[in-house]
Amino acid sequence: MVEAKRKLIDGNGKRLDGRAWNELRPISLQVGLMKNADGSAYIEWGKNKIMAAVYGPKEVHPKHQVLPDRALLRCRYHMAPFSVDERKNPAPSRREIEISKVIREALVPAVIVEDYPRTAIEVWVEVLQSDGGSRVAGITAASLALADAGINMRDLVVGCSCGLIGDQVVSDLDDTEDKEGDGDMPVAIMPNLGLVSLLQVDGIYTREQFQQAFELAIEKGKQVYGMQREALTAKFFSGDGAVSSVEEGTE
Amino acid sequence: MPMIERKQVIPGDVIAKGNYRYGSYVEKRGDEFIALRVGLAEVGRDGVKLNPLTGSYLPRADDEVIGKVVDVNGFGWVVDINSCFDGFLPASFVFGREFSPSTHDLSSKFRVGDMIGARIESFERSRDPQLSIRGHGYGKIDSGEIVKISPTKVPRLIGRRGAMINLISEKTGCDVRVGQNGVVVVTGPPEGVAKTVKAVKMVEEEAHAADLMAKVEGFLGGSSSGGS
Repeated sequence: MVEAKRKLIDGNGKRLDGRAWNELRPISLQVGLMKNADGSAYIEWGKNKIMAAVYGPKEVHPKHQVLPDRALLRCRYHMAPFSVDERKNPAPSRREIEISKVIREALVPAVIVEDYPRTAIEVWVEVLQSDGGSRVAGITAASLALADAGINMRDLVVGCSCGLIGDQVVSDLDDTEDKEGDGDMPVAIMPNLGLVSLLQVDGIYTREQFQQAFELAIEKGKQVYGMQREALTAKFFSGDGAVSSVEEGTE
Repeated sequence: MPMIERKQVIPGDVIAKGNYRYGSYVEKRGDEFIALRVGLAEVGRDGVKLNPLTGSYLPRADDEVIGKVVDVNGFGWVVDINSCFDGFLPASFVFGREFSPSTHDLSSKFRVGDMIGARIESFERSRDPQLSIRGHGYGKIDSGEIVKISPTKVPRLIGRRGAMINLISEKTGCDVRVGQNGVVVVTGPPEGVAKTVKAVKMVEEEAHAADLMAKVEGFLGGSSSGGS
């Protein structure tokens, strides 16, 4: 790179958007906005705007892909042509294909695929506006959409990224920090199980920096989990009726 | 009735700790019972139970379902039971043990497009659910209005010991048949049917309301006195 690097952290320790090193961008989550999907969620995370939809369980087509003992979980991460400054070709790029794969692998351990043999569960993650950390935002929304679809899950999945700016570990990189910073580490966790289902790293970290970034990502992920929880509660347990007092019969 | 503890849960939540029996949508992890769905959890005499608030129909043995015949082959009927799995009704369950594809005409019993009431005979993970029409009331349904509701709202439509469904059929003079798979068949006089369908949809939409019985009664009572 020829041009001089912009200062991403100023003298007071503030980042370009005014955040401290360990702060998250503003996040909002909504569940069940799409009528035609079996489950859906929408997330705004910083400048990210992402929809996630779940269809299924349903029959597998083409038939030769059927798994006799479990469900086939399909994921598609796609960026809309208008989601970035310069028009993006709508055909899936190498990057999108790779992210689809890692999102699938981040979600599979939470979904009880053994409960739905010979079926397909489809997860569509559509980025309407993109910023840094869209894969973790996509995972966060997709797991809510799966829960909304009523698919058996061991836990929700929640993601958060951390990274390096110079020698400083920071949480939740935005687009500029991702491109001009010195490292990016997206992490997805299953908070109740205490398991990590996605860990990608680029950049060069010392052992201490890696440890700090990894632990920070988990801590911030748990914070986002609180928001996931609120979003699900808002859809299913609020409104005029206190669901908790419903009298139900089972025949 | 003893007080039953109810809890709003999302996947991954701990419902209870200890030693209990547990039903569907609950997983045991060590001595903890974990919810697998968004729903209302109960810990009572029957152990740990979870009533899910969302999701499609998953067949369970002994459920009564209402489905549509979508295919007939030499050995039985394939039935759409509003699930990701198709039900299969073997011809030998209908014609008896002496069934042979050469002597019996399957289309004489049920054709493609017929609605049938059936019971899930068995459901193993390796095969599609098997249906049976043995027993009272099962078999072809030749008249009525079909309404589909979310299968998770079925217990609500039935009500405690059938209270809700009895209320609706009493007020409208219609017969209401509910399949566990969320398919409802309403039969009776035309005005009553229209009203019943509305009431069923109302139960589905307002399943979260605490005073649903009163609301439905108000809806039916008000319009029946005006109508008849």
